[in-house]
Amino acid sequence: MYQTTYHRASSVDEAASLFGKSSEAKFLAGGQTLLPVMKQRLASPSDVIDLAKIKDMIGVEASGDTLTIKAATTHYDVATSDAAKKAIPALAYLASLIGDPAVRYRGTIGGSIANNDPAADYPAALLALDATVKTNKRSIAAGDFFKGLFTTALEDGEIITAVSFPVPAKAGYAKMRHPASRFALTAVFVAQTKSGEIRVAATGASQSGVMRVGAIEAALKANWSPSAIDSVNIPASGLLADIHGTADYRANLVKVMAQRAVAAAG
Amino acid sequence: MSTVKLTVNGKAVAVDVEDRTLLVHLLRDHLNLTGTHVGCDTSQCGACVVHMDGKAVKSCTMLAGQADGANVTTIEGIAKGDELHPMQAAFRDNHGLQCGYCTPGMIMSAIDIVQRHGGQLDETTVRHELEGNICRCTGYHNIVKAVLDAAGRMKVSQAAE
Repeated sequence: MYQTTYHRASSVDEAASLFGKSSEAKFLAGGQTLLPVMKQRLASPSDVIDLAKIKDMIGVEASGDTLTIKAATTHYDVATSDAAKKAIPALAYLASLIGDPAVRYRGTIGGSIANNDPAADYPAALLALDATVKTNKRSIAAGDFFKGLFTTALEDGEIITAVSFPVPAKAGYAKMRHPASRFALTAVFVAQTKSGEIRVAATGASQSGVMRVGAIEAALKANWSPSAIDSVNIPASGLLADIHGTADYRANLVKVMAQRAVAAAG
Repeated sequence: MSTVKLTVNGKAVAVDVEDRTLLVHLLRDHLNLTGTHVGCDTSQCGACVVHMDGKAVKSCTMLAGQADGANVTTIEGIAKGDELHPMQAAFRDNHGLQCGYCTPGMIMSAIDIVQRHGGQLDETTVRHELEGNICRCTGYHNIVKAVLDAAGRMKVSQAAE
C-alpha cells in the first residue's frame, strides 16, 4: 500500500470538509473493498476519510411504509435487524449472503452501493425496490444512481448518508454465489410494490452493472409465479462472460434466479 | 505517522505507526503478537482473524487507525493462564489442525460463531459459517468436529460462571 493519511470524521460535515482540503481523498466505510484495492496499489488516495464512526450514519429504522438504512450500517447489522427482517425480509436475507461473517461485520451498505461492483448484492435490491439514495446534498432515485460498472451519480466529495426503501407487498432474492469470492455469479431481486408494480433487477449479469429485466417484469405482471418465467427469452448479448460462466450461462441464470426469487417471495 | 491507542488482550497500548499500517502488522510487527497470521493478504483466508470489540474481523483488511480506541483480542489473549480456552482445548483434543497455519484464525472465528449461535449449532451451520476461513491442508472435518465439541464445552463453562 502506498502512503496515505488517515482521518476519522465525527460528522458528515467534518468528512465533507476534510475531503475538500485533500488533494485526492477517498471515503472509507467498512474498507472491505477499498483496502484490498489499496493493497494491490490499484488505488492510492492521498487521504482516507473514515465515515464508520459517524453516529448519525448508523442504524436501521422503519416508519410507516419506509425502511431506512443509514449508510454506515454493516451487513451484519442489517441481516440481524428486527426492523429489516420484519419490513423487508428479502433485504435482510440479501445482507446475510454478502461475503463471509468477518466481512459482514465491517462492510456497509453505503460502501457497497458507492462502489457499485457489477456483481454486488445491494444494487439489485435498491433497483428492484425503487429505493432512494440520500446524500449530504440531495436524494437520488436508485434508477438514476447506478451508472454502469463501478460508476454512480455521486459527485466528487458527495457522501451517501442513508438509503430509504419503500416497503413492498412482496419481495424475494436468489443468488448463485461464486464459491470463492462470494460475489454473485448472477443474482436476482424481485419485488411487487404495494401499488402493484413489478420490478426485477439482476446483478452479476450485465456488462453494464446492475440492470432491470423488463421481459421478466412483463411475464410476472401477467402471472406472478415461477412458471411464468419459463418462456421468457433473455438474450446473452451484453452479458458478462469469464472463466466462471459464459454469457449464455448467465442469461439462463437470470431466469433461474428470478424463478427462485419469486418462489421465495411467495 | 499517527499514534494509535487501543487495548490488546486487556492491556492498554499506544503505538506509533504509519497511517497505511494494517492492524495485523501493528499486532505482529509492533507488539510481537505473531500468533495472528497473514495468509492470503486478500481478505479471503481468515488466518488474520482477531476480535475487535467482541466481533471477529479480518485484521489484514483494517487500517490500524480504524482500531483506535477499540478493544482487540488475539489468539494470545484467550487462554486463562495455563488453562486453554475451551475452543483451543477442543481443537487439540479433536486434532483440529494439520500444519496449524490457519488455526489461530479458525479458533477466533469459531469462538465468534459459538457466541452468535449459542446452543443452536449443527454441522451444516458450522461449515457454512466457517466459509471465511480457509484450511489449505483441507482439514475441515476435524475442525468442524472441534467447533461442535467446543460449543458444548462453552455452554457448560458459561453455565458454571
